[in-house]
Amino acid sequence: MARVVGLTGDEVAAEAIRQINPDVIAAYPITPQTEIVQRLSQFVADGLISAEMVRVESEHSAMSACVGASASGARAMTATSANGLALMWEIVYIAASLRLPIVMPVVNRALSGPINIHCDHSDSMGARDSGWIQLYSENCQEIYDNLIQAVVIAENKEVLLPVMVTLDGFVLSHAMERVEILEDEEVKNFVGEYKNPHSLLDLNNPVTYGPLDLYDYYFEHKRQQVEAMEKALRVIQGVGKQFAKISGRSYGLIEEYRLEDAELVVIALGSTAGTIKEAVDELREEGVKAGLLKIRCFRPFPGREINEALKKVEAVAILDRSASFGAEGGPVFLEVRSSLFEKTERIPIINYIYGLGGRDIKVEEIKGVYQTLQRIARTKRVEKRVDYLGVRE
Amino acid sequence: MKEKGWKDIPIGGLILEPGNAKNYKTGSWRTFKPVRDEEKCTHCLLCWIYCPDSSIIVEDGKIKNIDYEHCKGCGICSVQCPVDAIKMVEEVKEE
Ligand code: SF4
Ligand code: SF4
Repeated sequence: MARVVGLTGDEVAAEAIRQINPDVIAAYPITPQTEIVQRLSQFVADGLISAEMVRVESEHSAMSACVGASASGARAMTATSANGLALMWEIVYIAASLRLPIVMPVVNRALSGPINIHCDHSDSMGARDSGWIQLYSENCQEIYDNLIQAVVIAENKEVLLPVMVTLDGFVLSHAMERVEILEDEEVKNFVGEYKNPHSLLDLNNPVTYGPLDLYDYYFEHKRQQVEAMEKALRVIQGVGKQFAKISGRSYGLIEEYRLEDAELVVIALGSTAGTIKEAVDELREEGVKAGLLKIRCFRPFPGREINEALKKVEAVAILDRSASFGAEGGPVFLEVRSSLFEKTERIPIINYIYGLGGRDIKVEEIKGVYQTLQRIARTKRVEKRVDYLGVRE
Repeated sequence: MKEKGWKDIPIGGLILEPGNAKNYKTGSWRTFKPVRDEEKCTHCLLCWIYCPDSSIIVEDGKIKNIDYEHCKGCGICSVQCPVDAIKMVEEVKEE
């Protein structure tokens, strides 16, 4: 039986990790660290989890310690945010290329500078090519659910890739919401035990991690990583269905909200999806056929599912909470548009960059986006391909 | 060594066979080749201790030969030898 409690995003992430009960938690204890790790160290101090807590001197070391622990056969986790993720950078790539199933919540916050601590996706979007699976969470319940599923996805033998579970800074990390918490035993059974087939501590089967890999084999190892990401698409869907059996909540790669007969569609990820649902409901009352396509899994990118979901729509707006400087739009836009390119019937698509550095996004603004989509659907003309929502001129 | 495709190698660049670095021949990296003078050599084994590539081959407590398939020509043995028994000779193309 699930317990219903009120927890913030940080608290619920820590609660999920307590139930997952990893062997090693390595984390940098100072800002930009979040309350997730503060809570976890309290759990360790109170004897509520048996994890070895390693307080390291930087995020670079936090990820390094996780790499070492995971290669040794331990289930290893850490948490970070914004510039912390940036400092981890080198080892983030190494964790993925060594195929270590580390799970890490990333509290989405703006990268400096100028110094800012509030929500946007510039941190995790920058890591989109690092080889990590990325699951974005809309609300506190999803943070909890995604973290538990992430462990099973990461450790799947077909996958063996690290997973980032992102949650919007402050909007979710500091907001208290109603969440359903599973029994410890249910989570324990769901995540099972981690068995690294090539543990560094297995003396009878010695293994070398991280050797020099030059032009003769590096390419082949990258090709394997590409394949693992491909395979992860199906695994993520499978784990989403399995999770429904213990929680009643099913997960896919994307979520379609009132999309069946929608003519005007907004695509977004993270907490803004919740705000958009609000706008969609209000517009539906007014007779506007509005819908939302939420991307839950950005890496691997669910191109096929998105194509399928946008079969009969008239105009699409893609919301990006990060800028890709010098590119022809934000990262979500670039990816979705490229994936829709082969469609015989071209759908008009526009892009909005919004919410940088924690700039709030309101239901009214999103309704404005749908109004623009209405105009585009009517005139079949896109005046501004990439626009900004909420920036002062 | 025939190089394998991506489906046939361990993931993550892992090496599952201990000590297989010996299959990787590094002798061609050499510019200078250590040549040992059997007359001068006292078999003190200092070169054997210092060689970073385990290329000084010892049998029954005596230097047997130098493994030119792996010796990279770093010259450490030559510097360490207390009786100057190892000379570094430039590699030349054989006619
Ligand atoms: S030259 Fe270097 S690698 Fe070669 S035998 Fe001497 S010490 Fe070893
Ligand atoms: S260091 Fe010189 S003398 Fe000693 S074993 Fe080697 S070659 Fe011989």
